[in-house]
Amino acid sequence: MGTLRSFDQFANAVLEGACERVIVGEQYCDIPLGLYVIRGENVVLIGEMDTEREELPPHMIRVSETEIKRAQKVEREAGELRGTMRKRMEFLDFD
Amino acid sequence: MLFFSYFKDLVGQEVTVELKNDLAIRGTLHSVDQYLNIKLENTRVVDQDKFPHMLSVRNCFIRGSVVRYVQLPPDGVDVDLLHDAARREARGA
Repeated sequence: MGTLRSFDQFANAVLEGACERVIVGEQYCDIPLGLYVIRGENVVLIGEMDTEREELPPHMIRVSETEIKRAQKVEREAGELRGTMRKRMEFLDFD
Repeated sequence: MLFFSYFKDLVGQEVTVELKNDLAIRGTLHSVDQYLNIKLENTRVVDQDKFPHMLSVRNCFIRGSVVRYVQLPPDGVDVDLLHDAARREARGA
């Protein structure tokens, strides 16, 4: 999130007052980043935030940066475990 | 070139854009460009609970390279016209 200052034909962008909102399950954390230049290759979508609408569902819990990084690690490891289990099943030709 | 022209004709229609990261966004097609970048208005995410990131986003710009599908209303598509245009394009190229 941040203020879009400029962009070009590659969708490179400059964001002022940027902050990274990390969401893991019901938890979220805003990490301030300052002035960011983003390479267009990595851009998926640029959305205009309507100030009159709620940014997040009301039930979400705001946590600290360390907490969210821990939650991300847990989620990533769970995903990898699911991936390796699937590979083992595929190897054994299970359906 | 063909699909650029095709999407230009679809401006104003309700579409669902499915991205390569599995996010699906419904909205009104506002504009398209030569890279098939898409601008949508009146945006809402299809599975809001799974993707809470964009609750306040009304209008958005989607980079063409990240689109997997653009889902159209079946009656919004003139298949024969598209078929002819594709044939002409293939012949020209």
